[in-house]
This record gives sequence, structure tokens and C-alpha cells, in this order.
Amino acid sequence: MAEAASIDVPGDGVRSRAWLNAVNAWLLLLPAALFLGAFTHYPVLATIRSSLFVVRRNGGEVFAGLDNYGSMTEDPIFWKAFVNNVWFALGTVPTSIALALLMAIWVNRNIRGRGLLRLAFFTPTVLPMIAVANIWLFFYTPDYGLLDQLRSLAGLPGWNWLGDPRSVMGCLIVMVIWKEAGFFMIFYLAALQQLPPDLNEAAAMEGAGRFYIFRRITFPLLMPATLFIAINAVINSFKLVDHLVIMTKGGPNNASTLLLYYIYEVAFTFQDHAYAATLTVVLVAILSSLALLKFGYLDRRIHYQ
Amino acid sequence: MNARTSLLEAVAAWVLALLWVTPLAYAFWSALHPSAFATSFSLSAPWTLDNFVRAWNQAPFGRYYLNTVMLVSLVLAGQLVLSTLAAYAFVHFKFKGSAIAFALTLLQLMIMPDVLIVENYRVISKLGLLDTIPAIALPYMASAFAIFLLRQTFKGVPRELIEAARVEGAGPIQVLWRVYVPLARSTYVAFALVSVSYHWNNFLWPLIVTNSVESRPLTVGLAVFGAPETGVDWSVINAATVMTMAPLLIAFLIFQRQFVQSFMRAGIR
Repeated sequence: MAEAASIDVPGDGVRSRAWLNAVNAWLLLLPAALFLGAFTHYPVLATIRSSLFVVRRNGGEVFAGLDNYGSMTEDPIFWKAFVNNVWFALGTVPTSIALALLMAIWVNRNIRGRGLLRLAFFTPTVLPMIAVANIWLFFYTPDYGLLDQLRSLAGLPGWNWLGDPRSVMGCLIVMVIWKEAGFFMIFYLAALQQLPPDLNEAAAMEGAGRFYIFRRITFPLLMPATLFIAINAVINSFKLVDHLVIMTKGGPNNASTLLLYYIYEVAFTFQDHAYAATLTVVLVAILSSLALLKFGYLDRRIHYQ
Repeated sequence: MNARTSLLEAVAAWVLALLWVTPLAYAFWSALHPSAFATSFSLSAPWTLDNFVRAWNQAPFGRYYLNTVMLVSLVLAGQLVLSTLAAYAFVHFKFKGSAIAFALTLLQLMIMPDVLIVENYRVISKLGLLDTIPAIALPYMASAFAIFLLRQTFKGVPRELIEAARVEGAGPIQVLWRVYVPLARSTYVAFALVSVSYHWNNFLWPLIVTNSVESRPLTVGLAVFGAPETGVDWSVINAATVMTMAPLLIAFLIFQRQFVQSFMRAGIR
């Protein structure tokens, strides 16, 4: 049977060949389709459906239209998480991109031991976020932790880094920058290695300074890479919540909570399924618009420029 | 002037690199010294493996290792088989609905299983699989990213090779196995490295669906072990942290180039 199904068996009628092709193709697709259906397509539809219902105390579901969305807009914790997410993105993305570019330029240059430099910058990328959180948790521990030990050397009192709403976000942002900059570095490295080398030489011959060359030639040529990294980084900032589970649990007083973490809490701590689904719809909408931006607009620019 | 700026830059680069290794170096330092030296750094501090022994005895890390290895292998095996078949269907066969099927596949690149935790938990619970290793693995088995990568690679397979195999009497499955798969080896390696790193490190979903020593992967085990309520001291927690990251870190140090290249391919899509 397998033999007969091959694409161009001579003598086969065109129609039966097309039919056999289709059967074969769908059989090959079936296993992946089952899993995609069960764990991507069905959950998306079920999430949208759940967000339109409320669960009664007896367990019955009642259609509620957009009521869940209405209560969401009145939920201060949702807004807090949303605004936090925006701050988290603003705090991590530009800084880690700038650092990544600097790292890439250094690693790309003839600095002694640049293999070791690359290793140092990239290593945080392969570590589990939960291990990273464990290590940094110690730095931020009041009095006993590394940062407060340094403060005490300067005669300053201890500071509850993660327990103070004013400092908690900054602390988490610094940690995430450390974790991610090396990852973005490799994209800049790839982009730098594709730039024509004679461009720099020509500009240098004209007497242009290094910074001038960077500002007027290198950086504009790296623009597609920068946009690409930026969108990826923003997407990551909405997905990265592991550290909250052991460092802050979103606290103090929701000062460090993020959308995905809030969804996790609503679903599994407060057991409010319908509301968790509503929040998920919002997060999915944000992430898919970002992804559309990336696949649609950016891919075209990067490939055809 | 020029030499001076480049020296300055080299120094700056090294300072940043040192800063970058500090957290990791610290984790190793405190894991390898008695807890009295967790915050005081002295060259005369005695070295010890005691923290590792204590961590190993206080929590079932052996079991967690086994769980993670089983999880990572299960996910990878499933992904490789499913995505190979699907990519082959997209590249080798012309059929109605192919474009729509591919678009529906790519949807997963936008909406990753990581954010569908609420409904996926329900699906897993309906299947009666809560608190098992397959529960962690199933949502990731069909990977749009792997299908996409393999489809790109398969498209580059020369027509002549396929014809030649067919002339020798190879059926569709043999063509796949003998022509496409061997030519895609580098894609498989790249994807495998990314997949293994991702699932070794994954945390939130395993935390949600597991609840016992028998199914918990290392990351969740580490979080349970390090929870402040347990009152375990820092050096022991850091030893456990080092144990959790060590296998991947060692693999990375050995295959650095492949890791970097794979991650790059994964990010570019």
C-alpha cells in the first residue's frame, strides 16, 4: 500500500493519485494535529468560552456575556499586574538590548580571550530561571544577604530589597537583564558578522571616528536585528514569571505581580476558573498581536532588505 | 589614542564579564564551603562537599533527576517523531487544505502552551493524568517550531536524491527515513539542544500539574526544597541549585558552539 501511494506512480489516474496523496498526508499529520488540537486549539476556544460564563455556587455555568471583562476592568489587581508588566518590559528590554549590543561589539572585536568573554555573557541564558532566582534571592536577603553586607561595610542599615514596593521591581529587573542580555547578544553577533567588512574600512579611510562609524553606519544597519530582538524581548517579558513563585509571590501588596503570575494565582490559588480564563484571553491577545507584528512586518523587512 | 581607547574597551569588557560571572561564581563558592563562609570570603576557607551530601539526603534529588531525564527524553522523542511526520506531509505531498493546516500549526508559535495553563490543566485532568510525567510533557509534544524548522530543511532536499531513491523502489516511508531524515541531521541537533534546555529548565507548568516526588522535575523539586518555610541553610540550598543546573551547564561548556548556534536558529525562527 505504501508503494502505491507514492506521489508519482506512473499510470495512476490523476484523481486517484491526488486522493491517495491527501490520505497519506493527513495520516502523517494526524498525530501532530491531535496534540495541537488538544493542547492549543481546543484550549484557546475553551478559554474564550469560559470567559463568557460565570460559575454558580452549585457548580452550574450561566452565560454572562462580557460581565467577566467588565469586572476585570474594575479589578485593581489586574491593572496593577498590567502596569507592572509594562514597567517590567520598559525596565528590562531597552537596557538588555543596549548591553547585548555592547557585548556583541566587544566579542566581535579582537579582544584577548574573547571566547571567554562570550562564555561569561552567554552562560546565564542556559540556567533555569528558578535556579537564578534562588541565587539572587540570597543577594537581596535583608541584613544577611550580599547587598546588605555591602551596605553595612559602608555603614548603611539593612534594606528589605524584595519586601519594599519601591525597590522590588528594580531588583527583579536587574536580575532578568543579567539573565537575558547574553541571549540577545548572539543575535547581534550574527548580524554583525553579516555586515560587509569593507564598509568600516572605507569609512575609516575617510577619517571617520569609531563612534561616528557606529552611529551612522553600524547601528542603522543593525536596525532590523534590533527590532527583531526588541519584539522577542517584549514577548519574553510577558511569559517570564517563574522567579515570582519563589522570590516575591507577586508581593509586597502586588507590587511585583505580572499578568501570567496573576492568572496562575487566580486559577490555582483562588480557584476562579472563569476569571482566570478572562485574564488569559487578554494575555493571549497581547502575545498574538506581538507575534503577528514579528512574523508579518518584521520578517518581510529582515529578509528582503 | 586609538590604542588607548581599545585598551580601555578591553578593560571595560573584562569588568562587565567579571560582573556577569559573579552570581554564578557566588553560587559555586557557597555550595563548596561550610555555611559559616556563605557571606565571608576568605582564601583560607576550607573546601567541602558536605552541602551537596546534606542536600542530597534531605530531599529525593536522585528521583528528581530521574524525573527530569524521563521528562526531557519523552518530550524530545515525541517532538521529533510528530514533527518529522508533519513536516514530511507539508513538503512531500500536495493536498487540499495544506495551507490552512500549516497556518493552524503556526498558530502555536503565537500562542504557546505556557500561557494556556488554565485550560490545559483541565484537559490533563479530564485525561486523568494529573501528577504524572506525561502530564508535563503532553502539551509540548507537537511543536510548531520543530515542524517549521524541519519543513524549511526538508524543502532544501534535492529533487534528484528523492527520484533516485524512488527508482530504487523506496516507498514514501523509506524516502523519508533514508533521504530526508539523514540530510536534516544538523536541524535535529539544533532543535534537540533547544528543546532539552527548555524542558530541563521549565518550571511553571510542571509546578501546576505535579504534586508528588514521583513526578516532580528538578526545578520544582528545587523550589520545594528551597522554600523559606523549610529553614534549610543557604549553602545547602545553593548546593541544590548547583546540582539542578550542573548537567546542562556542563553540556553547554563542552558543546558551547553548538548551543549558541542552536539558540540563534531557534530565536530567528
